[in-house]
Amino acid sequence: MSEHTPKSAPLAGRWAIWLPLALFLGFVALVIVGLYRPADRNVASALVGKPMPQFDLPAALPGRPGLDSRVLANGKPHLVNIFASWCIPCRVEAPQLGALAKAGVPIEGISVRDTTENLQGFLQQNGDPFQRIGADDDGKVQLALGSSGVPETYVVDGKGRIVYQHIGEIRPEHLGLLLEKLKEAGQ
Amino acid sequence: MIAELGLAALWLAAALAGLQLVAGSLGLSTRGAVLGEAVRPVAVVQGGLALLAFACLIYVFAVTDLSVKLVALNSHSMKPLVFKIAGAWGNHEGSMLLWVTVMGLGGAFVALVEKRLPERTMLATLAGQAFVSLGFYAFLLVASNPFERLSPVPVEGNGLNPLLQDLGLAFHPPTLYLGYVGLSIAFSFAIGALVTREVGPAFAKAMRPWVLGAWIFLTMGITAGSYWAYYELGWGGWWFWDPVENASLMPWLAATALLHSCGVLAARNALRAWTIMLGVVAFSMSMIGTFLVRSGILTSVHAFAVDPQRGTFILALLAIYIGGALVLFGLRAATVTEGERFAFVSREGALVVNNVMLSAILGIVLFGTLYPLFAEAMGAKVSVGPPYFNPMSALFAVPMLVVLMVGPLLRWRRDKFARVGRSLVIPAMLVATAGIALLVAGGIALLPWLGLALSAGLGWASILPLKARNLRRTPLPIWGMVVAHFGIAVSLFGMSSESAFSIEKLVAVRAGEVTQVGPWGVKLDTVEPVAGPNWTAMEARLLVRYGVDRKVTRMLPQSRSFWAPPQQTSESALLTRWNGQLYAVLGGEAPKVAGEKQARWQLRLWWKPFAPLIWIGGLLIALGGLLALIGRVAADVRRIVAKDKIAYRREKQGR
Repeated sequence: MSEHTPKSAPLAGRWAIWLPLALFLGFVALVIVGLYRPADRNVASALVGKPMPQFDLPAALPGRPGLDSRVLANGKPHLVNIFASWCIPCRVEAPQLGALAKAGVPIEGISVRDTTENLQGFLQQNGDPFQRIGADDDGKVQLALGSSGVPETYVVDGKGRIVYQHIGEIRPEHLGLLLEKLKEAGQ
Repeated sequence: MIAELGLAALWLAAALAGLQLVAGSLGLSTRGAVLGEAVRPVAVVQGGLALLAFACLIYVFAVTDLSVKLVALNSHSMKPLVFKIAGAWGNHEGSMLLWVTVMGLGGAFVALVEKRLPERTMLATLAGQAFVSLGFYAFLLVASNPFERLSPVPVEGNGLNPLLQDLGLAFHPPTLYLGYVGLSIAFSFAIGALVTREVGPAFAKAMRPWVLGAWIFLTMGITAGSYWAYYELGWGGWWFWDPVENASLMPWLAATALLHSCGVLAARNALRAWTIMLGVVAFSMSMIGTFLVRSGILTSVHAFAVDPQRGTFILALLAIYIGGALVLFGLRAATVTEGERFAFVSREGALVVNNVMLSAILGIVLFGTLYPLFAEAMGAKVSVGPPYFNPMSALFAVPMLVVLMVGPLLRWRRDKFARVGRSLVIPAMLVATAGIALLVAGGIALLPWLGLALSAGLGWASILPLKARNLRRTPLPIWGMVVAHFGIAVSLFGMSSESAFSIEKLVAVRAGEVTQVGPWGVKLDTVEPVAGPNWTAMEARLLVRYGVDRKVTRMLPQSRSFWAPPQQTSESALLTRWNGQLYAVLGGEAPKVAGEKQARWQLRLWWKPFAPLIWIGGLLIALGGLLALIGRVAADVRRIVAKDKIAYRREKQGR
């Protein structure tokens, strides 16, 4: 066998030296597209358009009913809000939820991994738009819903079917859309 | 106060990193030579300050200072102390601080002890290290300040997540981080060598302990992570090709290649440009891995805090560092003179095969990890799994393992197969015998078959380098190589055996019934309810017996039901024997057939012959690295001591 050219020799070929850089630039371009793609990267629940999963959550607060999924199928559209006292964006969306409650939208709460005292403090500070609050102490209902974080809000129609999923906090500019979805769900 | 002290230390460390960069760069010119003197002390102080900042963070976590936002968000006064401390790095900001602390300490250590390289190269290296650190300091101070205060102070913190309260999980991330960041030193050395064009054996010897150290931590981190997934998830698998697993595997592959090419450069002054490039690539893979995980750009079970702003910041850092280093490489590599030549059949030749194969596997893993992103950019959603990764990586791993049997026996520079051929007869026969025996037994898929046959030969071949050596005088690095290569054989055997011989059984049994899984008789004794803090569970008492007349052992798998929700989880039970593991999962109650009185329970049982060898092999690989590291460092220390003695005597005689 003749003298073999070591690895550094092919690298002396001009183009090969720049190959890693070219690959890296390709990676950067790909990631930039990924980061700034207009389509959102939220994990949409596979349950949109499907009935709400069955659950029966115990009451999170004394004197307030818990949340049974059968209640949601009472013929009227509902808003189901997944929240927690430890969740900062949940404070941000509280005024919007208050406005929706004032407008007569029935809002049901699912509080995730929370304690009664913390929850009471949270509602005292940020207002309390909820008709019922179910305690999801281990996040299992949240998982079953296919929700990836708090807060998330679901529009559920009168038959208990999930019509729309809103991921993240509800900002003032989202109110119109939510009301529209609720109206659609009511038809 | 302590939080402010930490923040001040962080700012000072960042400022010193800036000074280190400026002084190191100016020190390269003749006019700025005076400044160069400052670089080493500055690097040491910078490392100390980073450590101080990290200690402050640990303190505020240990005392649960809830006025610090990070503590309020991630800790709780009722947690056990060890988890409070682990909470310091169990979050984004804290782990970034750990990152810069390890980097700072690494730089400080290099500045203190590394005297072999020309001073110019050292200046460039430390300037490079400071440049990289500076970016991460900026990221911490601008976009993720760990010491931010919260007003008003909350009464109690949030950090109740019980998932993270697991000792294994508390120490798994810092282990991997030490590995990731240790590679930054290799990166800086590569930059330093490119700037001054001094690439040679001295450079490789200086870099090697760092690569080794980082590689040991990576190996241990990956092994531990894999066992945790196997044990905790209850799916019976041990590697899922999850993006985060891949993010730790890619730097490991690059570091393994770098380790071997470093050996060639140190011993033979060959593979110069290639080693430099691997030095750049290894740390780049660490950064890319961290970026992929932290930006949440890939949907993965591990991805937390999906945050485009942070993602953009880290991406900018990546572009500057990796892009910059690769541009520098492109400009300088052609002028790095070609190394020594060698014949194809030689130790170098074998190591080149190792490097090319490892790089190819790295490329395959990287491509598979990024492909979903690529497909999504094109508008499709795909996920890439074992059907791609397993055969594609085996395509390159198998030839690499074959060469691994031969390579360590070959001489440097030039050799003949005829010389080593005789000692390889036994391994070759082992491979053939095992292969044929397994073929006769039948029913084994191609990849496990290859793995089992190869592991038999590899186990033997890996200890051949010790033949005809005085074992007491054999240098530690040789022992390290043998142990690590043997560990590969052990791990490969475990993996192949697990996938070839695993017996899975899903049964529905009544209490008192016995079912067979492989050599085990499993009797369902009772199923009793037990209660936990927020769950109730059905706990099965299984009485298991290996073979016929061995003693009976008890296993207690649970099926946990959480109160209201529709989901159940399984707590698996494991029983380890020298020749494998029995893995039991209790399912739910089986639907009753009409007229049946007693309930039947679903049991899922696996008998996994030799599965623990997967992780024992991994630990052996790390142990081999440790032996080599101790050997190298001890040799360095001896040489430094000897040199000092000679210098001292000369000085005395000169008087």
